[in-house]
Amino acid sequence: MMFSPSLALGHIDPWIAAFSLITVAVTIFMGFRSAKNSKTAGDFFVAGRSVSVGWNASAISGEYLSAASFMGIAGMVMSSGYDALWYPVCYACGYLFLLLFIAGPLRRFGAYTIPDFAEGRFDSPLFRKIAVVFVLFIGFFYTMPQMKGAGTTLAYIFPGMPYWAGVALVGGIITLNVALGGMKGITLIQALQYWMKLFAITVPIFVLMFVFGGYNKNLAANSSSQSKGAHTATYSADGKIESEAAVSVITNGVARKPLVEKAPKDEAWIAPFGPLTTKAAKAAHLTPEQSRPYSLLYTYSLIIALVCGTAGLPHILVRFYTNPDGVAAKRTTMWVMILIGVFYVFPPVFGVIGRNLMPELYTGLTGIKGTDQVVLKLPTLIREKYGVLGSILSGITCAGAFAAFMSTFSGLLVSMTGALAHDVFGRMLFPESSAEHRMRAFKFAAVLIGAIAVILGCFVEPLEINFMVGQAFAIAAASYFPLLFMSVWWRGMTMTGAATGMLTGGICALCAAALTNISTLSLDKGPMGKIFGGFAPLNDFWAGHPLLRILCDQPAIWTVPLAISLMVIVSKLTAAKIPADVESKMLVLHAPEALGYRQDYIAEHTGEH
Amino acid sequence: MTPPSGQKRTDFLHYLMARQLRLSLLCAICFLIVLLGLPLVNYFLPDLMATRLFGFTLGWFILGIAFFPFVWIISFIFIRRSLALEADEVAKAKKF
Repeated sequence: MMFSPSLALGHIDPWIAAFSLITVAVTIFMGFRSAKNSKTAGDFFVAGRSVSVGWNASAISGEYLSAASFMGIAGMVMSSGYDALWYPVCYACGYLFLLLFIAGPLRRFGAYTIPDFAEGRFDSPLFRKIAVVFVLFIGFFYTMPQMKGAGTTLAYIFPGMPYWAGVALVGGIITLNVALGGMKGITLIQALQYWMKLFAITVPIFVLMFVFGGYNKNLAANSSSQSKGAHTATYSADGKIESEAAVSVITNGVARKPLVEKAPKDEAWIAPFGPLTTKAAKAAHLTPEQSRPYSLLYTYSLIIALVCGTAGLPHILVRFYTNPDGVAAKRTTMWVMILIGVFYVFPPVFGVIGRNLMPELYTGLTGIKGTDQVVLKLPTLIREKYGVLGSILSGITCAGAFAAFMSTFSGLLVSMTGALAHDVFGRMLFPESSAEHRMRAFKFAAVLIGAIAVILGCFVEPLEINFMVGQAFAIAAASYFPLLFMSVWWRGMTMTGAATGMLTGGICALCAAALTNISTLSLDKGPMGKIFGGFAPLNDFWAGHPLLRILCDQPAIWTVPLAISLMVIVSKLTAAKIPADVESKMLVLHAPEALGYRQDYIAEHTGEH
Repeated sequence: MTPPSGQKRTDFLHYLMARQLRLSLLCAICFLIVLLGLPLVNYFLPDLMATRLFGFTLGWFILGIAFFPFVWIISFIFIRRSLALEADEVAKAKKF
């Protein structure tokens, strides 16, 4: 099994390029078309609050399934095995927390954004200014991996294209689209993109499973007894196997290529507490027995970050306001869980088959860095048997990847732009501005944020897509999740308490994430290593303190309790400042709509609805 | 209807929140036992979780496939119960 020559540098596969171009063209076309239909500021922000459950669930799913879900999970399952499965599971299950505690009440409250909620719940314009900061913090952390997805996919489709050019191109297109279409266009596009992504991940994987054996068969080939024979192969710089003897062997009826030196061994890969969670302990030279408690800690911290983080993502929460009422918000959440749950079964299959048939990706020598490209590349294996079908399938997964980072990036851009235009411009700077004025502010803010996202995206090539998204979740888990959860369910909360908890928790998580990334970037052999090289000694410190490294890698296990306990303590201390009308606010949050307490918070202020 | 006021309103709010929170917590506990229990089972019973089931290890099968339907069931039950709860609350509200 050799690599198809068409992957050589400088050669563009026409099928792959065509599918990707169509995806981009359709997205742009729909953006322009919907721009004609969205006129009022309300259309731009929450699509006039009239999106049906089916559309909205597809749109939320479409927006949620980002580059991390489409490319990152497969890459991480391939590189780390079992432990990476926590990501898809918790990405999907986080919605249960959202459903149980937040979705219904939040929709009944009727505000456009989380800062709206923060201000309305505590009658504090000051709190709005504090809360709006995290829309931007979380948003930028979330856009970085999307940008990496864009850069790596374009570098795969157009071999030789520099990473930053891909980031700039995709970032520019989407920014334009958002500036023209606003939220209404985006809802329609997001909804269609969910179905596109599901198609793009299932069709190629079923063909691959048909040709190379099922999910279970490929996983069965990874058994410790097989790897004892330990044929490790060496690969030359262009990714070709050097020794002819080490070509694929058949195990349990499934073809398998020899693993490379860098790949984790079967027993570590398929079992819990493998390479992902033991990295810090390994760097500290602990024995496997000593490192197991650390792995358990890492796993729990990861689970908390992802489950609580999902319930605090601003670009997802803003969509719940597009439901007509709280009941629809709950139904939508349930459908989202079904739609994304179905999707999340498949990306790990790419990782499992990729481990057996494309181990050369472990070397990181075959073009784009690491295993993040397995989803794009794996279908090309079919070329050997079915010729052009392999290219078509690879084109389909590329189109899916485009849909993934484009939809998530546009969703993030809408909510970040909304925060800037609606909160900072409309509320803080120019409360008297006209609707037309605000529309112009929206467009300007979109361009500004798009530009910053592109610049940040250029730095993160050496980092894993999925890991970066996990960091955005950790920040959301320590800031917005405690804010929403406690404000919805606890009458005794004060603005001071909420702000202290949210700021401390969120900023601790943010610093931990930044520190982790800087440490990783300082080890990079490329240009980033030179920029961040001064921070390399940090890694010596981590080697001596594995526990601190884990708490920094996955901070949720201490930041979330920290935020919540600060909220409780400070609120108790400032109990005199509990908002006077807290009971009527709570009634709006919790009483069924049929009782008629509901008031769309925003309606009082703008008179548009 | 007009919002009730005073002590009656406070009582009604307590009643509403307590019932809704109890339902939510009940569902959350079911979910958390499984979610947080799985790493513990992995930790203390690694051999059991390494048992092969149609080629998957048991741990992989639970986390990679079976977990999703489990969550759908919880959310389905929650939505049915909570809608029933709301209908009941509307009826009860007239008493307050």
